[in-house]
Amino acid sequence: METRHRELDPRLFESVEIDAYEGERIAGPPVGFWKDSWVRLKKNRGALISLAVLVLVFIVAFVIGPLISTHSPYDQNMTQRYLGPTSDYWFGTDKFGRDMWTRVWAGARVSLYIGLLAALLDIFVGVVYGAVSGYLGGRVDDVMQRIIEILNGIPSLIIAILAMIVFNPGIITISIAIGLTGWTFMARIVRGRMIQLKDQEFALASRSLGASGFRVVWKHLIPNSLGLIVINLMFTIPSAIFAEAFLSFIGLGIQVPEASLGSLISDGAGELRFHPYLLWLPSIVFCLLMICFNLLGDGLRDALDPKMRK
Amino acid sequence: MLRYVARRTLYMLLALFVIISVTFFISKALPGTPFADDKLTPQIRKQLYEKYGLDEPILVQYEKYMLNVAQGDLGNSFYFESRPVSQMILQRLPVSMFIGVQAVIFGLVIGMVLGIVAALRHNTLWDTLAVVVAVLGVSVPSFVLGPILQYWLGLKLGWFPIAFFESWIYSVLPSLALSVFVISTVARFIRTEMLEVMGQDYITLAKAKGLSGLAVILKHVLRNALIPLVTVMAPLTIYLITGSLVVEQIFAVPGIGEQFVQSIVVNDYSMILGTTIFFSVLFILALLIQDIMYGIIDPRIRISGAKE
Repeated sequence: METRHRELDPRLFESVEIDAYEGERIAGPPVGFWKDSWVRLKKNRGALISLAVLVLVFIVAFVIGPLISTHSPYDQNMTQRYLGPTSDYWFGTDKFGRDMWTRVWAGARVSLYIGLLAALLDIFVGVVYGAVSGYLGGRVDDVMQRIIEILNGIPSLIIAILAMIVFNPGIITISIAIGLTGWTFMARIVRGRMIQLKDQEFALASRSLGASGFRVVWKHLIPNSLGLIVINLMFTIPSAIFAEAFLSFIGLGIQVPEASLGSLISDGAGELRFHPYLLWLPSIVFCLLMICFNLLGDGLRDALDPKMRK
Repeated sequence: MLRYVARRTLYMLLALFVIISVTFFISKALPGTPFADDKLTPQIRKQLYEKYGLDEPILVQYEKYMLNVAQGDLGNSFYFESRPVSQMILQRLPVSMFIGVQAVIFGLVIGMVLGIVAALRHNTLWDTLAVVVAVLGVSVPSFVLGPILQYWLGLKLGWFPIAFFESWIYSVLPSLALSVFVISTVARFIRTEMLEVMGQDYITLAKAKGLSGLAVILKHVLRNALIPLVTVMAPLTIYLITGSLVVEQIFAVPGIGEQFVQSIVVNDYSMILGTTIFFSVLFILALLIQDIMYGIIDPRIRISGAKE
């Protein structure tokens, strides 16, 4: 076979400018921690649906539910007792002829309020307590941790029950009871994170530039713990909602004529044999809230901290 | 190890001391006394006060109360006059214990099977089922599940009686309602742990040695995956206590929980506080046992605990 030979001519080639920076070019816009997490969360269908359902429940409970109903949750009407769901009373009426639609949403409002309150307490007490304890360390940390250890030795439910007996049962007392104990877990987590972060180089750099302790914690350590804080918040909320419903179920929480999902379920359980819808409706709303918060919490944990995914 | 145990015990005793002190001062802060009866003349009331030591300074009363509680004397019920609270609690204990223990057995067996199958058939329908059960277990509380079981298995299908407690069959539904949280917790734990253990080198080694699949699972995977289950002991105890309050109420089971809720309804303060102390002791014991077992299993905890 004859080897074809071709003269090499520089004109056959196109010279390429070598740009040292080309290899370093950033192809897309920078993706920050939150954007990255959001991308991961969007892939989790369960968490997204939960988020949508929660927003919907929120809107219905606070805005639409009371607005589109002409009934009040407290008006008794003895001629219209135990009506099943009808076009007038969408969720039916209870044994006093009260409208269940507005009562169920009033109960959902209580649950959401309690969840929000527990979240705020977690942030303002738990995070602050944990940050102070972890950052200062030493004797202060010792004392603060001992206090938490003693608080943890007391079942929070017992504290709640005792609070209910001393003060009048009601939403304020429930708030106090949850406030007394709900924040300890968050405090421990944040403390651990502070201890882990405070000796790292970026914190040291900030300190050597003359930043005060408050500034180091607030500008550097807390932002670096935010993922962890959000994850924990999402698990505090359903447990607080559960605590309130539980107390109301055994008669220590929200008192009549106010409605809470727990007390509605308790009343419904008594009417199970003949009027089961009184049990189903508040139970479904309650379980929906719990499932959505738990699924969203799982989703956020996977999104914010992919290493924890199992 | 001994120092670790002693330290934990000390904290637990301290927590118990705080609880009992709080209950004492709460009982003093409550409105009214057991003898607020208009028919009593001041003379008789004074005698009653003297008899029960209510006329003494509060700190003397406090000391007496603490000594009594330390000896297991929780005072007398206000409602069922002159019946000792501790006796009433002990009388009701066996029924509650039976339902609770049975719920734990149900939960362990079903939860372990579910968790093991889910881990072995990772990313299949079984796995999904276990994950769904785990989410439902923490989201659907026993006070919702109880009535649902009553309605379907009791009223509609008629398989089980829905209330009271006369023979074993009566205990099935309450135990089942209590066990769902146990099932979901155990299943989730076993699944996660087994998945992690199965990725370890020593499992590959065991397989490479030529052990059969079953031997690897039973002797190596499961045994190592079970260890962290100790950590759920205290949460489970809390759960069983709180669950018993509502489940016994729903199924009209004559246990401690039902008695406790009734005493709240009739304002039987001494009963409420006595049961509170009893529950706290149970919980603190569970916490202590969990800490000690954890210290035995994982020496790192013991050492870092001792260094603090």
